[in-house]
Amino acid sequence: MPKNNAIKKVLVIGSGPIVIGQAAEFDYAGTQACRSLKEEGIEVCLVNSNPATIMTDKEIADQVYIEPLDLKVLKEIIIKEKPDSILPTLGGQAGLNLGMELAESGFLEEHNVKLIGTTAETIFKAEDRQAFKDTMEKIGEPVAASLVVKNVEDGIKFTNTIGYPVVLRPAFTLGGSGGGIANNEQELVDILTNGLRLSRVGEVLVERCIAGWKEVEYEVMRDANGNCITVCNMENIDPVGVHTGDSIVVAPSQTLSDKEYQMLRSSALNIIDELKITGGCNVQYALNPDSFEYCVIEVNPRVSRSSALASKATGYPIAKVTAKIALGYNLDEIENAITKKTYASFEPMLDYCVVKIPRLPFDKFITAKRTLTTQMKATGEVMSICDNFEGALMKAIRSLEQHVDSMRSYDFTKLSKEELLEQLKLVDDRRIWVIAEALRKGISYEQIHEITKIDLWFIDKIAILVEMENKLEKEELTVELLKEAKRIQFPDNVIAELTKIDEEKIRQMRYDNNIVAAFKMVDTCAAEFEAETPYYYSVYGSENEAVETKPEKKVLVLGSGPIRIGQGVEFDYCSVHCTWAFAKEGWETVIVNNNPETVSTDFDIADKLYFEPLTAEDVESIVNIEKPDGAVVQFGGQTAIKLTEALMKMGVEILGTKAEDVDAAEDRELFDEILEKTQIPRAAGGTVFTADEAKEVANRLGYPVLVRPSYVLGGQGMQIAFNDEEIEEYMGIINRYAQDHPILVDKYLQGKEIEVDAVCDGEDILIPGIMEHIERTGVHSGDSISVYPAPTITDKVRDTIVEYTKRLAKALHVKGLINIQFIDMDDEVYVIEVNPRSSRTVPYISKVTGIPIVDLATKVILGETIKSLGYEPGLAPTADYIAIKMPVFSFEKLRGAEISLGPEMKSTGECLGIAKDFNEALYKAFLGAGVVLPKHKQMIMTVKDADKEEAVGVARRFANLGYKIYATRSTAKYLNDNGIEALRINKISQESPNVMDLILGHKIDLVIDTPTQGGDKSRDGFLIRRNAIETGVNCLTSLDTANALARAMETANGKLTPVDIAKVKNA
Amino acid sequence: MKSFLILEDGTVFEGQNVGSTQDVISEIVFNTSMTGYLEVLTDPSYAGQAVVMTYPLIGNYGITPDMESKKPWPMGYVVRELSRIPSNFRSEGTIQDFLQKNNIHGITGIDTRALTKILREKGTMNGLFTVNENYNLDEIIPKLKEYHTGDVVSKVTCKEKSILKGNGKKVALLDLGAKKNIAKSLNERGCEVVIYPAHTTAEEILNSNPDGIMLSNGPGDPKDCKTIIEEIKKLYNSDIPIFAICLGHQLMALATGADTHKMKYGHRGGNHPVKDLATGRVYISSQNHGYVVDTDTLDEKIAKPAFVNVNDGTNEGLSYVGKNIFTVQFHPEACPGPQDSSYLFDRFIDMMGGEK
Repeated sequence: MPKNNAIKKVLVIGSGPIVIGQAAEFDYAGTQACRSLKEEGIEVCLVNSNPATIMTDKEIADQVYIEPLDLKVLKEIIIKEKPDSILPTLGGQAGLNLGMELAESGFLEEHNVKLIGTTAETIFKAEDRQAFKDTMEKIGEPVAASLVVKNVEDGIKFTNTIGYPVVLRPAFTLGGSGGGIANNEQELVDILTNGLRLSRVGEVLVERCIAGWKEVEYEVMRDANGNCITVCNMENIDPVGVHTGDSIVVAPSQTLSDKEYQMLRSSALNIIDELKITGGCNVQYALNPDSFEYCVIEVNPRVSRSSALASKATGYPIAKVTAKIALGYNLDEIENAITKKTYASFEPMLDYCVVKIPRLPFDKFITAKRTLTTQMKATGEVMSICDNFEGALMKAIRSLEQHVDSMRSYDFTKLSKEELLEQLKLVDDRRIWVIAEALRKGISYEQIHEITKIDLWFIDKIAILVEMENKLEKEELTVELLKEAKRIQFPDNVIAELTKIDEEKIRQMRYDNNIVAAFKMVDTCAAEFEAETPYYYSVYGSENEAVETKPEKKVLVLGSGPIRIGQGVEFDYCSVHCTWAFAKEGWETVIVNNNPETVSTDFDIADKLYFEPLTAEDVESIVNIEKPDGAVVQFGGQTAIKLTEALMKMGVEILGTKAEDVDAAEDRELFDEILEKTQIPRAAGGTVFTADEAKEVANRLGYPVLVRPSYVLGGQGMQIAFNDEEIEEYMGIINRYAQDHPILVDKYLQGKEIEVDAVCDGEDILIPGIMEHIERTGVHSGDSISVYPAPTITDKVRDTIVEYTKRLAKALHVKGLINIQFIDMDDEVYVIEVNPRSSRTVPYISKVTGIPIVDLATKVILGETIKSLGYEPGLAPTADYIAIKMPVFSFEKLRGAEISLGPEMKSTGECLGIAKDFNEALYKAFLGAGVVLPKHKQMIMTVKDADKEEAVGVARRFANLGYKIYATRSTAKYLNDNGIEALRINKISQESPNVMDLILGHKIDLVIDTPTQGGDKSRDGFLIRRNAIETGVNCLTSLDTANALARAMETANGKLTPVDIAKVKNA
Repeated sequence: MKSFLILEDGTVFEGQNVGSTQDVISEIVFNTSMTGYLEVLTDPSYAGQAVVMTYPLIGNYGITPDMESKKPWPMGYVVRELSRIPSNFRSEGTIQDFLQKNNIHGITGIDTRALTKILREKGTMNGLFTVNENYNLDEIIPKLKEYHTGDVVSKVTCKEKSILKGNGKKVALLDLGAKKNIAKSLNERGCEVVIYPAHTTAEEILNSNPDGIMLSNGPGDPKDCKTIIEEIKKLYNSDIPIFAICLGHQLMALATGADTHKMKYGHRGGNHPVKDLATGRVYISSQNHGYVVDTDTLDEKIAKPAFVNVNDGTNEGLSYVGKNIFTVQFHPEACPGPQDSSYLFDRFIDMMGGEK
């Protein structure tokens, strides 16, 4: 069927802030789909609360609403924009749930708006546990014995009939939130209670445990005519029991025979046909490794993280095709964008192997449990492509940027055989390294398999890597051995380490013997047809097919790797915009990145895409082929910045700010010189390497001090220390990994934190806007609520900031972007840190001010000036709107993680509140972050002594809002003494009823707990915060945030006016 | 031991030998299936050819009981990498041993993508597999050019007729190199299947009074099957329902006056979209053919296109006017590959008058 011409204006719902389980993949899918719709002449109206996304650009949609993904707001937008259709299957679970709520409420029908793509009925059949089970039974597709329960008693009763262990899956939650495996009644009660609470509909599925079976996924497509295809299947190396988002995944499946492959494929097509899916869909299976028995685990009737992975793994653009199908096209009417010769109605054939590894945040949350379960914990992922599995695995691990590059990177050598056998039982992110050590200690494949249930084929591949390590260590390095090591993608530095030969000599030996990387193309068809899209991956020992191009100018854009806390989708936004800007200026663009979830790794963003690890060696191989005229590193976060020196050694010109100036900003001594020269004050400090040196500096400055490593993003390892013991502790944590650069110890100043992003052309600067943080210094900027324009600074402070920014940008010879953080302490301005690169706030401030910062920065890098681009240097005129960026956390997904805010960043994403009025913007920001209060109007306060005075004001505001306040002993007394009614409750360690009972009673809206500074040693505070988070209670650890929340609540129930930011222009 | 694959155009690929070390000349074709290497190896349609697997990791699940005939047929086998250990609950051995036992000359460590691109650009070529490092291209290339697969159907067909018992319709299956799953698909639907050698006369088949006749897949150039075509003409003239697959489909077309031609590099894999022209539905099919029926030569009074390949528009099936005959170029019996078109066996049963 050709396009349905009745569809003229489509509302696309995005997925909101990045949280664990819902990340950049939806920006990728949404952006691709919007472009696909616009290509068809459709007017696109977009809603997404996440300002860091590319999909919320005015280039991507006709109307852009960066508004809370809330029913009320969506209704306002629909009334205002009058779309004829809504496409809800691109915004993950969040978008899908909203689409469903709109449909269920009858609102859509009333306003004559249709859900296009998959229908509400289909979504219900796939998402509702019972309806899904009934449907599967009807068509004879097996599911594990299960029952949907609404209370704990029924769960226990049912489990007694099928036996432990059981898997618990709450309905309608992201990333399996609140799910888990229960081995006994106590665990069942714990998980089930939590799951029932988290489920939107208060339902949890109790299911026969099939842990240990192979987990296999199929990505399938169907059009309205009933044509069905499989895009790709994927096999999880980790058997059932680990969330697929946390599993190492390989595509295509490796250990399934054709009989098994086709059995599951036929099943998947059978299911989507019965569900009448139109668009992309994901079906997950558990396959008994010892028979043909299988179970359908779940069906996602929408694009997903897996579909993003499948798109990148095969070159088949699932989101794009899904959008076309929603418009009425059939698969055989949609062109294959890679070959341009074939159509979307075919199945991609791979002639390579793809490995995906999750990026887990345990380097950030060192107290969090590393155990992997059915509840996802990864913040992002990397993908690699090679013509052999071992090579793909090696490339993937070094893409993680977690100090791992070989099977020795996590050291388990001290464990005895017996200890290893125990360790193997532990399912965590280091399992393949434990297996490697087990193999080294002579534990048999069968024994490892018996414990881990990981297929022998994968164990053998790890063994091949271990054997190569042994050979390199023991044998002479012959050309043949080197060839074989490179074939399975051992990096030179690992070969050097094992052979004890200098890395440079290894490199020379490679070049002398022509052992260099060749590049192969991802073409969807295993070379059967000629492909036109230069999407490449490296292999060794093969013919190179990367086409040599000699354009007038060629630029290498380095991406930002996996999404992690501190380096999120913002940097992909910057990389993509920089690429587009170079293309507009007539440059050929080449992107290198390894993150399958992002827009930058879509094959039609740059002229060429290299899906490769971002290490010096891997990039050098690309440089050898492409010979770029220059590289830009300032948009790809720390990942790209780190490669600056290596690129210069390769003879690649760094476009924009020079490497030595980047160094000057990071190197303490050089930076101090610059501050001296520019006469800008900063907190006193010093540089150290050891704990003893740190203590010496700290005592000289006087506590508290800020301790942090240099050259990091997101304040990794940054802490405020109040005494010598804490210095010892924090230095120990930082020095877990050898530091190339000194550690900084600074006097901690408490004041207002101010942040600016600016473009500098070497002479003039342009500051689109000044942002002020709600939280005082000490809370990482990424975790602070950030307000544009800065609401409380004086004119003098503002002028000083503009002046300092100008001086610093000039002194550092910045060409392009610069980000500076300042402290405003009693109207005195101090600089905290300077980053001569793009920052987390660039996308947000671009959108709010209408100034395309990345575009301008790129043009400046290419020689334009701020004046020639038509901008008045200095601080740009203030926009008409207040925009508030609110951090969003994923603490409930990370058992045991410390949630209190501090100098180390912990948030996974952000959302925006934008309005003409400050209070409305603040309210929207909280709403977008999912803080919807009041509910029960009861709260708990427990604050440290230093905060007690200030806490009175906060308490009064909440009391005036009608809140009943519970407080621990000293806080209660202080509040009562100051005329605020507060009920005293017992601490956890005291007898019941205590604070914990109160939290678990589900009658508390909010916990305000300010931890004793410098890391909370009392288990009480930690337990209160963890339990609050895990039972879904909002928990604030800063009084500044609490005040902001009170303010937002004081203005609640006002009218919310949606703002179309596509219409925001710079005055 | 080193092994070499020398192509007709003089290109030489070097890899490691597995299986037989004997020199072998054959036609080199590539298959893009990601699973089902054993079904490919045991598909009689590969007789006279050597297969290049484009998927680089082969042998991962070993040798399973999934053979499509009694033995493997390709003369040579080209792969990127063979798995060191197979892993599957049904695995009975390694592909390395299987090639050795069946005397097939295999090469591993080949840049199969580069090889496939040559075959795609220049078309299917003949090649020599040899372990002799002192090969002489001047001697070899003329020999390669001379090679023709010839009458391979006679090599692969069964020697005697056999019966698969069933209580339903009686089907005569003419074995031109049939994959097991054709007979099995019919038998599973209740049919009694009598399998006849390729050179059985039409008279013998018709005398057995079958409810339907099935013409199977098979190897080689359809035009080499001159005598069989003559017998098929007689089958066409009977009023018995006929269903034909692949070579059978080509032979029926030749028997009724249409022509076939050799394709540049054929269709071999499990991802080819075919469109049912009657419904507009597209099915993903399993394919293995190097020849195709020439649509331009069809007499529309005799046969009309029923299926077309969505990628290149070539003919994928015919329905015969005024006859209970339909034929397809692709493989509804799958093995390896998608089972989406297995409904065609049901259609055939319906054509014979439904279930008894």
